Amino acid sequence: MSALLSLQGLTKAYPGVVANDDVSLEIAPGEVHALLGENGAGKSTLVKMIYGLVKPDAGQMFMRGAPFAPAEPRAAREAGVGMVFQHFSLFDALTVAENIALGMEHAPKLQELSERIRAVSDTYGLPLSPDRVVGDLSAGERQRVEIIRCLLQEPKLLIMDEPTSVLTPQEVEILFKTLRKLSAEGTAILYISHKLEEIRALCDAATILRLGKVVGECTPSETSARDMAEMMVGKLLQTPTRAGKSPGEVVLSLKKLSAKSPNAFGMPLREINVEVRRGEVLGIGGVAGNGQDELLAALSGEMLTAPGMITFQGRDVSVLGPVARRAMGILSAPEERLGHAAVPDMSLTENAMLTGAAREGLEKGGLLDWSAARAFAERIIETFDVRTPGPGNAARSLSGGNLQKFVIGREVLQRPELLVVNQPTWGVDASAAAAIRQAILDLAEKGTAVVVISQDLDELMEISDRFAALNEGRLSPTRPAQELNVEEIGLMMGGAHGMEVAHV
Amino acid sequence: MIRLEKRPQPSRLFSLGTPLLAVGATMFFGGLLFMALGKDPFAAIATIFWEPLFGEFAFYYRPQLLIKGAPLVLIAIGLSLGFKAGIWNIGAEGQYIMGALFGAGVGLAFYPMEGWFIFPLMVMAGALGGWIWAMIPALLKVRFGTNEILVSLMLVYVAEQFLASMSLGLLKNPQGFGFPGSRNLQQYESAHNADLIADTGMHWGVVAALVAVIFAYVLLTKHRLGFAIRVTGEAPRAARFSGVNPTRLVLFCLGMSGLLAGLAGLFEVSGPAGQVTIDFNVGYGFTAIIVAFLGRLHPVGILLAGLLMALTYIGGDIAQSNLGLPAAAIQVFQGMLLFFLLALDMFTNYRLRFGRAEVA
Repeated sequence: MSALLSLQGLTKAYPGVVANDDVSLEIAPGEVHALLGENGAGKSTLVKMIYGLVKPDAGQMFMRGAPFAPAEPRAAREAGVGMVFQHFSLFDALTVAENIALGMEHAPKLQELSERIRAVSDTYGLPLSPDRVVGDLSAGERQRVEIIRCLLQEPKLLIMDEPTSVLTPQEVEILFKTLRKLSAEGTAILYISHKLEEIRALCDAATILRLGKVVGECTPSETSARDMAEMMVGKLLQTPTRAGKSPGEVVLSLKKLSAKSPNAFGMPLREINVEVRRGEVLGIGGVAGNGQDELLAALSGEMLTAPGMITFQGRDVSVLGPVARRAMGILSAPEERLGHAAVPDMSLTENAMLTGAAREGLEKGGLLDWSAARAFAERIIETFDVRTPGPGNAARSLSGGNLQKFVIGREVLQRPELLVVNQPTWGVDASAAAAIRQAILDLAEKGTAVVVISQDLDELMEISDRFAALNEGRLSPTRPAQELNVEEIGLMMGGAHGMEVAHV
Repeated sequence: MIRLEKRPQPSRLFSLGTPLLAVGATMFFGGLLFMALGKDPFAAIATIFWEPLFGEFAFYYRPQLLIKGAPLVLIAIGLSLGFKAGIWNIGAEGQYIMGALFGAGVGLAFYPMEGWFIFPLMVMAGALGGWIWAMIPALLKVRFGTNEILVSLMLVYVAEQFLASMSLGLLKNPQGFGFPGSRNLQQYESAHNADLIADTGMHWGVVAALVAVIFAYVLLTKHRLGFAIRVTGEAPRAARFSGVNPTRLVLFCLGMSGLLAGLAGLFEVSGPAGQVTIDFNVGYGFTAIIVAFLGRLHPVGILLAGLLMALTYIGGDIAQSNLGLPAAAIQVFQGMLLFFLLALDMFTNYRLRFGRAEVA
């Protein structure tokens, strides 16, 4: 079978990182092809090149044998490539038909368009009324709008970027039926995901990326989730030998921690049981959206839970807010730096005040001591080598890595009894990541209990004493990190473990 | 192609210079407007900005500046606290009316008794009236998630009905020969908010406005609560992370803005206005929204903006009577001021870039 799209030796480098290194793959008409890899493996860059958003530095693309080099998305669309992004670009106040008309180069009359939308939605089993206002639609329905928008252009290749991350299981079923029908009609689908069981259920072929390179190809239906996870994660780095520590007393104890997500599309936490001891690093792995944000919120006090679920140093803290918990020594650093861990338009001094007010004595009787806050900010900047002209600069002006060093440093310097960090090195360059990991290890060495939530398995293996995986809001039993191998981690993370086997 | 690009750092130059630029642009385009209406633009602008301060009758207009500016500043200070936190009290006009009714009601209840304690009681009642009226949208928002913009705005019209009912019924002057409106508090010494220094316009409301400016400045720069307000406005999620209780913040911000609006109403009804009448409210509560933004939600800025706004009001009146400019033209002129301010304000955080966007 001749290939519909063929990529040969695509390379794209950004300053400091090679996003794609000599990537080649072929997609046949009607094939559902999975693009598999961890965050930062280069999946997004690759599809952006196919969709004309990014120009490759080297390499060639062929569409049905003819050279294909889209200069912009419009050219890619004309060549028959459609893409459904992870984040929707829809106007809430407009109807489905109006939204779709806005995205078209030659939009027909609204009446005629509505009929075409109805026809497509009937044909592909995507129930959707063109007259509904987008603001009233669920995430799954919004995604249907985006899919129908693509299908109206009758694409030969449909790219789907993490399409199931916002869907309910029922919506996933509907989506898969649609994709299978499209595939049967000859439309090729490039499906990006790291949900292994989904890929096994849907895809004909898979290309696995790791650190920008193709590290393997497989037929998902004939390959176990475990083997794919192994290829995705690669070989484990040698776990650095750590000073043998005798575990201290229990600092944090979670008992049947269950909570609804405050977020409409969040994951509820389901009966999480775990203990963390003094001087210990607990690593929690798992694919994004499996309850990581919710777990951090439950521990930081942003989200309160039922009494008795969270015990800290023998005290029930489940119903205490962030200020009270911080005073006791529970400090945390959320994943989202801008807008959650830090206020983008405020200075570093003000951001130091944000969480440091009580423990650093920056506040007395409600009055704020700005010179002390400035001194604290300067201490963070100096200790953690934050590259910035000074504490008066806005948080937004810092690079991701530098701001992350500031955010982690702000909590580390407040001598936490328990530190909870979510994705401490996400989007951070290698040297900053190393500095942050070292700071976490040093802190544990001094007796702090640390919980590191991360999607970076190498990172977790490097710094954790014990490891557990978060999957669909449930936490697996913990295992000593040094005993684990790739296979076991893949099983813990991939959702194919124990009673989860039936869940395909 | 022209694009807007976010600045890495907010521009200090624009942050401070925007109000001046906005006033300049308003003068220019306002001048064009007056010219189109067949008036001498320079004379019109001079009448509006110069006449009230330094003209022949300035001795009359200058006290008016304080009388009109004080309620604007007092209300705008309260509104700015909420606006900074993203809590939108649009109903200050209603809280202003209720403050006046509560305060005047207490004063009239004591009539004709004299006593030093009457006016302080009225002040407290006025504050209470505004506070209660603002707590309605606050509690509804906190409890049921209603939109405070709509509720507070609609309560303005309810308050106006109360005002009409009171001036025709309960608070009507029994010796008023059947005319609507209450007794004149200016003729009731214990309840009169008189000029502290005769003929300067300097009444207790002016003092309260200045105290509110200082209070707001200290709150926003030095106090935890003010910091919580600013963080909430900038990044609500970061505010929750730092431990701000959103419920308490809504109650505080709406309550405080209602309280100050109520005070403004009380000082007005017991001073310059003198009595409760059907047309007692003249839109201070709405204009204060403009004042709050014109002052960039900064206490000192609001003080200056309040005076500037009062100036355009007084100057506008003079221009109407002396030059025969239509009232609508003056309102357009005032609207331009807000428009240019908001438009130019964008350049604090954004800059214009010319040329094609490059492909990432």
